[in-house]
Amino acid sequence: MKNIFFILLCVVLPGTVFASGGEHARLDAVHIDLNDKESLQRGARTFVNYCLSCHSASYMRYSRLGEDLGIRDELVKENLLFAADKPGELMKAVMPRDDARQWFGTAPPDLSLVARARGPEWFYTYMRSFYREDKSPSGWDNTVFQHVAMPHVLYEWQGEQRAVHRTVKHESVVVKDGKTVKKLSEEKVFDHFEIEKPGRMSTSQYDAAMRDLTNFMVYLGEPAKLVRYRVGVFVLAFLAIFLVVAWLLKKEYWKDVH
Amino acid sequence: MEKLLAWIDDRFPLTKVWEEHASKYYAPKNFNFWYYFGILATVMLVLQIFTGIFLTMHYKPDTALAFASVEYIMRDVSWGWLIRYLHSTGSSFFFIVVYLHMYRALLYGSHRQPRELLWIIGVVIFIALMAEAFMGYLLPWGNMSYWGAQVIISLFDAIPFVGPALAEWIRGDFVVGDATLNRFFAFHVIAVPLVLVVLVFVHIVALHKVGSNNPDGIEIKKKKDANGIPLDGIPFHPYYTVKDLVGVIVFLMVFSAVVFFAPELGGWFLEHDNFVPANILQTPPEIVPLWYFTPFYSILRATNTDLVLALRGIVVLAALVALFKARGLSRLVALGMAGALLAALFMLDAKVWGVLLMVGSLLLFFFLPWLDRSPAKSIRYRGWMYKLALAVLVLSFFILGYLGTRPAAGPNLIIAQVCTLLYFAFFLFMPWYTSIDKTRPVPERVTK
Repeated sequence: MKNIFFILLCVVLPGTVFASGGEHARLDAVHIDLNDKESLQRGARTFVNYCLSCHSASYMRYSRLGEDLGIRDELVKENLLFAADKPGELMKAVMPRDDARQWFGTAPPDLSLVARARGPEWFYTYMRSFYREDKSPSGWDNTVFQHVAMPHVLYEWQGEQRAVHRTVKHESVVVKDGKTVKKLSEEKVFDHFEIEKPGRMSTSQYDAAMRDLTNFMVYLGEPAKLVRYRVGVFVLAFLAIFLVVAWLLKKEYWKDVH
Repeated sequence: MEKLLAWIDDRFPLTKVWEEHASKYYAPKNFNFWYYFGILATVMLVLQIFTGIFLTMHYKPDTALAFASVEYIMRDVSWGWLIRYLHSTGSSFFFIVVYLHMYRALLYGSHRQPRELLWIIGVVIFIALMAEAFMGYLLPWGNMSYWGAQVIISLFDAIPFVGPALAEWIRGDFVVGDATLNRFFAFHVIAVPLVLVVLVFVHIVALHKVGSNNPDGIEIKKKKDANGIPLDGIPFHPYYTVKDLVGVIVFLMVFSAVVFFAPELGGWFLEHDNFVPANILQTPPEIVPLWYFTPFYSILRATNTDLVLALRGIVVLAALVALFKARGLSRLVALGMAGALLAALFMLDAKVWGVLLMVGSLLLFFFLPWLDRSPAKSIRYRGWMYKLALAVLVLSFFILGYLGTRPAAGPNLIIAQVCTLLYFAFFLFMPWYTSIDKTRPVPERVTK
């Protein structure tokens, strides 16, 4: 009887250990509010000043951005057009693709749709999860995207942080030469970050800035989101009225069907 | 006005057609909820063609431009996002409606005599629709579009001898590429839609010849009044035109709710990985077709050597049953078939069987009118066996559909294999369980 129990343990335990090893990084929730125009504007400023040097948003036009976010053409020209001449142009990166590929080993991806492909939570957590890693070519790594080629561009804001890992001990029972032996295995799991060198912003300020940026990325992924809900309400209201009329018409015609 | 009508009627049978197919076309008066899905499928067909025309005006079938042209439609074309979402959500709703339309047939026996041909045309429409959706899904040239097409086309590789050449012929290249995109575009926007429209027309002509079935599964044409009008029939127009209008509006409300408030539907209607452009060097973590294909995709993936082993066992069992139960010629035929099947199960690869089972799971629908031996058509008068079998079919279809989106390993794989066997059991055991099932007497006239 006891033997069966141990055999069962051997079968079940490695399975559970394996399951915990393949876990993905935990993503933090982020509050997205596309009605918050100021947040979108702040996010747009961060995006154009920092991200757009290397990354494109090549499906998006500056003029559309200005129109949607309530930024006048002159202001767009003064504050956002570093990489283009006219507001009608697409938002292309300043850095040539081939140079980027040489410097980073990979071309920085287009960011127009990153919030749709990976989700806002992923983006928000990713932007806050860079840490110092001396072994990496850029000097940085990221808990959400391991061995990422991108260095921490906003380290002056956030400061430099260190990833603190904790060791998790697994105990498993193994049958060896007919005897059951307890086996210990250790695994390093990411626990939390510690700021080593503070940046210009406090943690809460940086989180707020990244929330604005994430908000903007969601808008950038689908500008139609700004109008789609509003149009939807009108369409549903129209259909609801139409339904009442059609229902009354049906009732009238079907009076004589028994 | 009357003069104009007379003028036309002398040259074209306008009044005649109108009367035959609308004002004097008698439909059973007891249609319920399940009878909306025919008209809803027609609405979806028209909507897909209409929105498709406008998408074609801006879309570029070129591997270098396709992905960007879809984003151009989403951002720069006036109301382009609406047209695109109507089309992408529309394809999913088209399948929802068609699946429910087919389920209605299984509920009330709409595929049974005299509607066999109507049903067969319908199954052809269903298969054409799958081809249409599959080719349309490549067009946005997202990463899932690309890898989905790559996986499905490589299925043809499994066919012995001609497979690799056939797959290459379909792609027009060694990998899915520009040639593939262009031909899929041609098929998606003109060839298949043309076939679909003609088939739908023929489907309706066949329907109007035999008349609609109804939830009681009885023929209203058997009881007519002195004027030759079915006692339980009412003219399609105005009764069903006004009733269908209500159904169409309710449907459009559900449809609009998704289009405007959740066009991605959490990745079920628009997959997240398809917002990344096609990349030949980067396979998505899990290649998953859209939900309407996943039950069949699941059957394909569930077929491994274990399942083939199980199939061999089942065939041997069936042969033994035939040996003891059947007599004379039928015993010989059954044993011969079992022998041939067994030989095929030993000779062909599990991968080939995966493709065969997937194709078979679709082709079985064609035989449904002859597999069903029950004296009652409608589920209302059938016994518990058919009800149970139908419930098992629906359940395994849903489970297969869900598992098609998950990695096929571990318990998932075993569950998918069990559901695959249950799915086939519904069809293959049908002649047996429908003939011994205890039915209730079918009434003479329709009930409420």
